[in-house]
Amino acid sequence: MTPYEQWVALLTLMRKEIRRYTRIWTQTLLPSAITMSLYFLIFGNLIGSRIGEMGGVSYMEFVVPGLIMMAIVTNSYANVVSSFFGSKFNNSIEELLVSPTPNHIILLGFVSGGVSRGMLVAVIVTLVASLFVDLSIHSYIVVVAVVAMTSILFSLCGLINAVFANTFDDINIVPAFVLTPLTYLGGVFYSLDLLPEFWATVSQANPLVYVVNAFRYGVLGVSDVSVGFAFAMIGAFTLVAYWYAAHLLKTGRRLRT
Amino acid sequence: MPPALEIAGLEKTYANGLQALKGIDLQVEKGDFFALLGPNGAGKSTTIGVICSLVQKSAGTVRVKGIDIDENFAGAKRHLGVVPQEFNFNVFESVEDILIHQAGYYGIPLKTALGRIDLYLEKLGLADKRHVRARMLSGGMKRRLMIARALIHEPSVLILDEPTAGVDIEMRRSMYNFLCEINAAGTTIILTTHYLEEAESLCRNIAIINHGKIVTNTSMKNLLRELHREIFILDSRETLPQDLSVQGFTITRKDDYSIEAQIDRGQDLAELMAGLHQRGVSIISMRNRENRLEQMFVSLLEQAS
Repeated sequence: MTPYEQWVALLTLMRKEIRRYTRIWTQTLLPSAITMSLYFLIFGNLIGSRIGEMGGVSYMEFVVPGLIMMAIVTNSYANVVSSFFGSKFNNSIEELLVSPTPNHIILLGFVSGGVSRGMLVAVIVTLVASLFVDLSIHSYIVVVAVVAMTSILFSLCGLINAVFANTFDDINIVPAFVLTPLTYLGGVFYSLDLLPEFWATVSQANPLVYVVNAFRYGVLGVSDVSVGFAFAMIGAFTLVAYWYAAHLLKTGRRLRT
Repeated sequence: MPPALEIAGLEKTYANGLQALKGIDLQVEKGDFFALLGPNGAGKSTTIGVICSLVQKSAGTVRVKGIDIDENFAGAKRHLGVVPQEFNFNVFESVEDILIHQAGYYGIPLKTALGRIDLYLEKLGLADKRHVRARMLSGGMKRRLMIARALIHEPSVLILDEPTAGVDIEMRRSMYNFLCEINAAGTTIILTTHYLEEAESLCRNIAIINHGKIVTNTSMKNLLRELHREIFILDSRETLPQDLSVQGFTITRKDDYSIEAQIDRGQDLAELMAGLHQRGVSIISMRNRENRLEQMFVSLLEQAS
């Protein structure tokens, strides 16, 4: 395909993906706003007022970046895993597989759907958060970069999950048993300084630690880990996920018989 | 000019050890209307799956318009349009969206795609269903949607895997006419079907596949010429005599107004008619008892097994 034809194919996939989740916005966009409002109200406002400061800021301010990032992670992941698995389930993925669309365009198309939903939800949740706390951004560049990289990383993870999934149950296993625990243990609600040394070290293997802390740095200017190292880790995780997702598409594993 | 499709030594062994294709060689010339027939599980859909890349071959080569799918996968795909046996579109999307998406995957800009959508929906009788979600379509409409989708990038080779399954007679005929029209315009068509009269009336060349091997690959005329015997049913205007016979022919009286006559290869149908006429029998209509291709198909499969 010529570069222009590839661009058309990418736009087609992006249009399709964005229309898919906006058409069912009550299932894709609204729940995050409601869930995060409850988190802000209960953890930030009611419980947070009794906790006092954490990481040098109020507890409410401390949890907001983590909760926004949690919404980005779950939404970018959920968008791609459900869309790609749905295409596999109804065999419409064959429309793409029999076409000359290159694998990297297929990847970019699905990932762009996840990224756009992740970013849209981030905006919605940030607006909700602003009802509870005065938000000021420490570094816009860091915020935008970490949101983009995180949503790309978890969109890719969603695609990998979808390739291996055989049933709709399989696309819920990873979010329920891997993503949610990692998010909760990634320092959304607490500073890593509170952990015993052993668990603080174990936490270094959790990619959510880096995305939450890098984002918190972008918003508040505070972080439990070095921001440069956090970006390096997110970048490394993203590259590995991209390589593996591209490898799955190239070999046709679980897609072609 | 390279053939539309060239397959050599094609083999496919599935992970469970099933050898679906055992060395298939096939050539389909440009502009042909080609039938690929075989019983269920013979390897037709696997062959089509390999051609359109949904099935990974174990050995052999496939060339589409001279382009090897192993060397230039995207280039070969551009020439192919595939109508699979099973519905494989998102039923929650509208007819128009399904076609826009498919066009986009081939790099066709929206404006061009919309023009082609007008054309193919009109030709396939789906113009009034343009904004209807696919799940609301009848089975026959869904099949026609898949044909429109396969044509949206205007491929030079169109492969149809049982496109008329579950389609009523009237719609089937209109689909035949449409397929003949695009074939006459230069599109090579490869058809698999269980309706053998469909293959006989539409296709010029034929291959029969069984147990993963090509049993025969010839022109439709040659294949039918190999029939050793045909049985005709002849209807008379008046009541037939009880002891009707014509020398050299085996005739069976079916009822008061019809007989079955067996014509072996080399026998002249005109002699039979003359013999009947001499006995005062006036024939008003005549037809094959069985579809000729069906007879040949069954006989070839019996020989092969």
